[in-house]
Amino acid sequence: MSTFLERQKYLIDYTLSALRRRKARNLGLLLVYTLLVFLFSSVLLLSQGLRREAAALLQDAPDVIVQRLIAGRHDLLPAAWLEPLRRIRGVGAVHGRLWGYYYDPVVKANYTVMVAPERGLATHDILIGATLARIRQLGIGDYFSLPAATGQALPLKVVGILDSASELLSADLLLLSEAGYRSLFNPPPNTFTDAVLTVRNPREARTVAEKIALALPGSRPILRAEMLRTYDAVFNWREGMVFVTLSAVLLAFVILAWDQAAGLSAEEQREIGILKAIGWETGDILRMKLWEGALLSLTAFLTGYVLAYWQVFYGGARLFAPVLKGWAVLYPDFRLTPAVDVQQVLALLAVTVLPYIVATLIPIWRAATTDPDAVMRG
Amino acid sequence: MIELTEVSKVFHEGRPNQCQALREVSLTLERGGITVFRGPSGSGKTTLLTLVGCLARPTAGRIRLDGQLLSNLPERFLTEVRRHTFGFVFQQFNLIRGLTVLENVMLPAYPLGRPYRELRAAAQILLEQFGIGEKADNRIEWLSGGEAQRTALARALINDPVMVIADEPTANLDSARSREVLTLLGELALQGRTILISSHDPLVFAANHVKRLIELRDGCIAGDCPC
Repeated sequence: MSTFLERQKYLIDYTLSALRRRKARNLGLLLVYTLLVFLFSSVLLLSQGLRREAAALLQDAPDVIVQRLIAGRHDLLPAAWLEPLRRIRGVGAVHGRLWGYYYDPVVKANYTVMVAPERGLATHDILIGATLARIRQLGIGDYFSLPAATGQALPLKVVGILDSASELLSADLLLLSEAGYRSLFNPPPNTFTDAVLTVRNPREARTVAEKIALALPGSRPILRAEMLRTYDAVFNWREGMVFVTLSAVLLAFVILAWDQAAGLSAEEQREIGILKAIGWETGDILRMKLWEGALLSLTAFLTGYVLAYWQVFYGGARLFAPVLKGWAVLYPDFRLTPAVDVQQVLALLAVTVLPYIVATLIPIWRAATTDPDAVMRG
Repeated sequence: MIELTEVSKVFHEGRPNQCQALREVSLTLERGGITVFRGPSGSGKTTLLTLVGCLARPTAGRIRLDGQLLSNLPERFLTEVRRHTFGFVFQQFNLIRGLTVLENVMLPAYPLGRPYRELRAAAQILLEQFGIGEKADNRIEWLSGGEAQRTALARALINDPVMVIADEPTANLDSARSREVLTLLGELALQGRTILISSHDPLVFAANHVKRLIELRDGCIAGDCPC
């Protein structure tokens, strides 16, 4: 056992010195490899972080949302629907919600406008998301006005900025009173955008949803689990799109790795011949070359992953945020909770290290089987 | 004892550049002393030494080492024999650039997994023995031809082989350095090792302890005389 370990130590020692001797070539490869790991890790860490964040926020979401559909399109929900909803067995609290989108030509972005009765806001008071506040350069106590549906300008006073911890969903949010909402959008009286309800036993949410669909034809109940799935699907799709783009980078890297391993310099081939002539066997050369690959891969993987981790969780994930993060024009500016997922790390290893090993294996085998007498024959 | 029976070696067999380097050579080499193979370039000296040293296999014929048939051994066992029986000194020194003198000497022992301290001490003793102990930490690029050949000699001995195969060991050295190397090889022969040298350098033929001169021409033995 100690002989085996000693042999591995010698092989690693020799490999390190070989890597040092071909500094420029190996540094170039290491740089490209690290960049590849960094790109893939960034996408994975960011999209998984976003999924986790969305799931955490949706924990507080209502059990069921009920919308009204007309001709397959979302329509306003009459207040008269609230009472039949309350009467369905298993349903807890029910209340109507008012929300919508407001296009602000000043910043060329949509705000998500929502009534927040629990905040006790006056008609002209509003609470805004941190990103919105930053874009419009608004602070607490500032006034600004928005053109209402009636054509009149509606003056609004910022009475608070929403907590940046929930900025994933509140980046472009504007909270106001019911009176303020109705002044802004002028919807028909006694209507709501949708209704939210709690279910006494969450495991019965699906049964309750079926009852709602039966009791109120034209309604569409949406479960919290379905919302989570939608977020998952959105991020999966975006992640998939980025991966498809990155696969070209991966392919380029595999070609580079093959080229580097196959195009052994005359100096390297001579070196392998010498080693074999002085008593190294093919297996030793293979092990040495595998150590070389392992050291290179591991260094690139760790460096790339740590850089991506820092970039995603502490550097604002600027690289892929525009593709993966935003679903509005106002990109939320928030920090994801740092986390390492073993399964994800293994997936990354498979995506980055495996292609490298596969690409270099055949050229390495060819080099290792160099005839030792080639050295004698010059 | 090494026995070669009707050994032939053909390079690039079946191709337009086919070349027969050895033709049915039969030879017995006793243990001890220095045996020199001489002959013009292309006569088959180096090829003969690569076959004896298990660096290559013959195309035809048999090679036996102390009765054990080598010519049909799988590569792994052949390497094992090579590692423990032979030490090699090459015409071009064949030291690995970028490594120190000491590291070069230790290199053949790496696959054996000898403890580092023990190996380092053994390499240092060999270097002292050859008068280049103070150069141990120098990179081999900084050595003179004589120093490089002495390093190669130390490397050949690190696994304590019973035979040393030296291919044109004086080809790249001036007369003084050549005599130095030949003296060292003579000392090794005195220690009981078998030294096989290929050369066309008259200094080698006249060296002390040379007990046999074998002449090769066109892949055949053209002369064999004890000294």
